[in-house]
Amino acid sequence: MSTPFYVSPQQAMADRAEYARKGIARGRSLVVLQYADGIVFVGENPSRALHKFSEIYDRIGFAAAGKYNEYENLRIGGVRYADLRGYTYDRDDVTARGLANVYAQTLGTIFSSAAEKPYEVELVVAEVGETPEGDQIYRLPHDGSIVDEHGSVAVGGNAEQISGYLDQRHRDGMTLAEALKLAVQALSRDTNGSEREIPAERLEVAVLDRTRPQQRKFRRIVGRQLARLLEADGAATAADADAEADGSEEE
Amino acid sequence: MEPNPRSTGRLPAAFLTPGSSSFMDFLSEHQPELLPGRRQLPPVQGVIEAPHGTTIVAATFPGGVVLAGDRRATMGNVIAQRDIEKVFPADEYSAVGIAGTAGLAVEMVKLFQLELEHFEKVEGAQLSLEGKANRLSTMIRSNLGMAMQGLAVVPLFAGYDLDRDKGRIFSYDVTGGRSEEHGYAATGSGSIFARGAMKKLFREDLSEAEATTLVVQALYDAADDDSATGGPDVARRIYPIVTVITEDGFRRLTEDESSEIARSVLQRRLEQPDGPRAALL
Repeated sequence: MSTPFYVSPQQAMADRAEYARKGIARGRSLVVLQYADGIVFVGENPSRALHKFSEIYDRIGFAAAGKYNEYENLRIGGVRYADLRGYTYDRDDVTARGLANVYAQTLGTIFSSAAEKPYEVELVVAEVGETPEGDQIYRLPHDGSIVDEHGSVAVGGNAEQISGYLDQRHRDGMTLAEALKLAVQALSRDTNGSEREIPAERLEVAVLDRTRPQQRKFRRIVGRQLARLLEADGAATAADADAEADGSEEE
Repeated sequence: MEPNPRSTGRLPAAFLTPGSSSFMDFLSEHQPELLPGRRQLPPVQGVIEAPHGTTIVAATFPGGVVLAGDRRATMGNVIAQRDIEKVFPADEYSAVGIAGTAGLAVEMVKLFQLELEHFEKVEGAQLSLEGKANRLSTMIRSNLGMAMQGLAVVPLFAGYDLDRDKGRIFSYDVTGGRSEEHGYAATGSGSIFARGAMKKLFREDLSEAEATTLVVQALYDAADDDSATGGPDVARRIYPIVTVITEDGFRRLTEDESSEIARSVLQRRLEQPDGPRAALL
């Protein structure tokens, strides 16, 4: 047995953080934006089977960047947590704040435990309220901290640049089509400043729509609805696209 | 031991274990005491007095299925509740109506709804209609111990099968035995009378509106001959719950719609108390 080298705690933590950040940066970025009727999730995702966004509960959605198997595990854990809580208490007692707390504790414990490797994930937990003021968006980095975000948030490889771009351009009360277009513009900017085209079929889009009559507000926007929204210019056509999206979703 | 999941500590290992998409499987590993079937009843003499729900009926029509229930819960000879609801949406394309011990039934429905929703969220796809029917079977079977002591729950499950493009009905017995019914089905204390009525009135080519009238007629006949089944209560404005499941999903008729059907049935019964007559030959 060789004697292990002494590594200072600061150095050990810095190394772990570096490891997690590098892992997250390998994945593609995604953005979460507030719009007038809810919260929209947009990301580039070539796969139709492995989702980056999903439903946790009635009003709560989940987005993740980083290593798939790790965030998938956390997602299922979150669904189980929310369903168990709603079953023991009431559906109204499941909140994004509670869920974000559990995720933060989980990520934090894993990050600082020497026995486990840090998770290479960054999560967003969002809850749509009755009004835009009631919307909540939490960003959860790999180390177990929670950041309460407003308006827009980006996670993943190119997150800093994208969130800078979004901060300047995002405003309250955007229509879904406007928010979606802004998100796609932000995502299509490369690190070196050049732009590239992201075709609609490589986009994964989902919304938490507060106007949805059902209890469960999460829905995916795919195919024709997505194309319509991307083509729609301005507020007038966005309303049509909304109606269209609701209608064809029943198919 | 694992930390309490209801505190805001780290998610316990059971939450992060990959594998099952079933909420019931998760519960049975993590908190088995929450499962209705896991409770041990103390030995008791005689029958336990608890409110019982009564009659549920269902009928298919081209393009869907209707499921309806009366509103009465009884406890022995007492009417325990006049406006109980016994028909619930299970998910977007199916519904469940329950006869038997009301308290257990409502809990079972809550767990069943959650089971389907949980699967859908974890897997990203809905269970097949057969799959849903089988899950319900498992739940009833786990309740067998209590059923033996008089606390039975006997549901009727109806749904729109998106793969076969038609409405389907499944009936159950206390042991969890499942059988698909063709055309129409009924469960609960008034089911014999309801089934008799539907036998004479059912046709393959009913429209949606006719099918809803059919089930209200059947419930009326059940209430007519079974004291535990409630008829339409005009004075209190309590009418049967009627639900329709089609390609467009689950829809519960509004109070106005169901009262209109119930009132027109009632109106005709004032002239003909036994209801419409079927041809003799």
